[in-house]
Amino acid sequence: MVRPLWTLLQRDISLIVTRRQDVLTVVAFFVIVITLFPLAIGPEPEKLRTIAPGAVWVAAALASLISLDRLFADDWRDGTLEQLALAPQPLALTALAKVLAHWLSLGLPLVILSPALGYALGLQGIELAVLAGSLLLGTPVLSLLGAVGAAMTLGVRGGGALMALLILPLYVPVLILGAGAVNEAMFAAPYQAHLSLLGALLAVALPLLPLAIAGALRITLD
Amino acid sequence: MDAPSSEQPAPGRAGIRSQADGAAMTLEAERLACRRGELHLFEGVGFALAAGELLFVRGRNGSGKTTLLRTLCGLSEPARGQVRWLGQDIRRLDERAQRQMLYLGHQDAVKDELTPLENLQVHQGLRGERSTLDERLDALEQAGLGGCEEIPARYLSQGQRRRTALARLLISPAALWVLDEPLTALDRRAVAWLFGRIAEHLRRGGLVVTTSHQSIDGLPEPRILELD
Repeated sequence: MVRPLWTLLQRDISLIVTRRQDVLTVVAFFVIVITLFPLAIGPEPEKLRTIAPGAVWVAAALASLISLDRLFADDWRDGTLEQLALAPQPLALTALAKVLAHWLSLGLPLVILSPALGYALGLQGIELAVLAGSLLLGTPVLSLLGAVGAAMTLGVRGGGALMALLILPLYVPVLILGAGAVNEAMFAAPYQAHLSLLGALLAVALPLLPLAIAGALRITLD
Repeated sequence: MDAPSSEQPAPGRAGIRSQADGAAMTLEAERLACRRGELHLFEGVGFALAAGELLFVRGRNGSGKTTLLRTLCGLSEPARGQVRWLGQDIRRLDERAQRQMLYLGHQDAVKDELTPLENLQVHQGLRGERSTLDERLDALEQAGLGGCEEIPARYLSQGQRRRTALARLLISPAALWVLDEPLTALDRRAVAWLFGRIAEHLRRGGLVVTTSHQSIDGLPEPRILELD
């Protein structure tokens, strides 16, 4: 049961990495959205520092959303998705492997990059670590939620916009907890509660959302 | 069907495994009714296909051939009725029964970025099947892809992509083949080759369900299912 999932993980990562522009687009999008904030709000360091956690988190949520748009689209168009649905292992595990591959190649780069961008906006020391940590726990939840939306809107005209409407409201709790953790750290308040809650969200999402993704995929394929 | 098995089995391919637990190797459809949206395609379709039998689904465009085949392999849910494979409901197959079925749809499930060899390997990996490199190369050679095993599929013609997909049949241990319009984009030689493979698969006790708008002269005597 593990081998097919390993094959899928390897295949998806190598497909994303060979295409390269997907990774570059998402990373560039993330950076550009964050740089828009100083341009729009003004360069005062104190103001930028205040909005930094929210800016980075909003940018990460939007980048996650645009990158997930195509999570199943290619496999659906060329018939691979049918084959995945008919493979011996449960479709939910297959979906989980696909989301994991997607997060490793498109979500993790954002986590790694976030301390640099946080620093540019004036965050320091422990705040940067909390920022990266909150993204590390939060972006997989965003990926799983987005994958449900991607599966539901497969083959729908204007699916990307519809997916944003469906999924962005569900991103709210993650966004509040993630940005909240960094805010707490900035006021030297205990930030562990926020991180624990993010971890709890991830622990709930990890076993449950793949089932929802598989259900949505089956309806799309029917 | 008991045609003489004078022909040598192809090298590098496992025979159809007998069902160890004694579940009858049959594909049964019971009073199937299907519809797409508001459109009622057919109802009351039933048959039992046994080992070594070929079912040919015939019907005009839009009569529901593809829907029937997708229902038979469990991708679509019938409005009424049931499909059973190895005695299990097709929508709830266990791992072993799922492995015994291979579906080839309109789309080839061939990735542009990967070579035929990689495509074959990934496809097998996803099904948890194992084969050696020699077996895969041999399958591609037989499918008429000798010389383009290492070329990314985006540079291949439609017919060559189809052959890449069909090469799966050669190294899969699955007993039931569900082939939707397998002749599309194939040239005459490839068609003759595929008919030969289907005949051999039936002789080994496999089951085949297929549909085509082209002539099927050259295939073993099929059971015909007419949709109208």
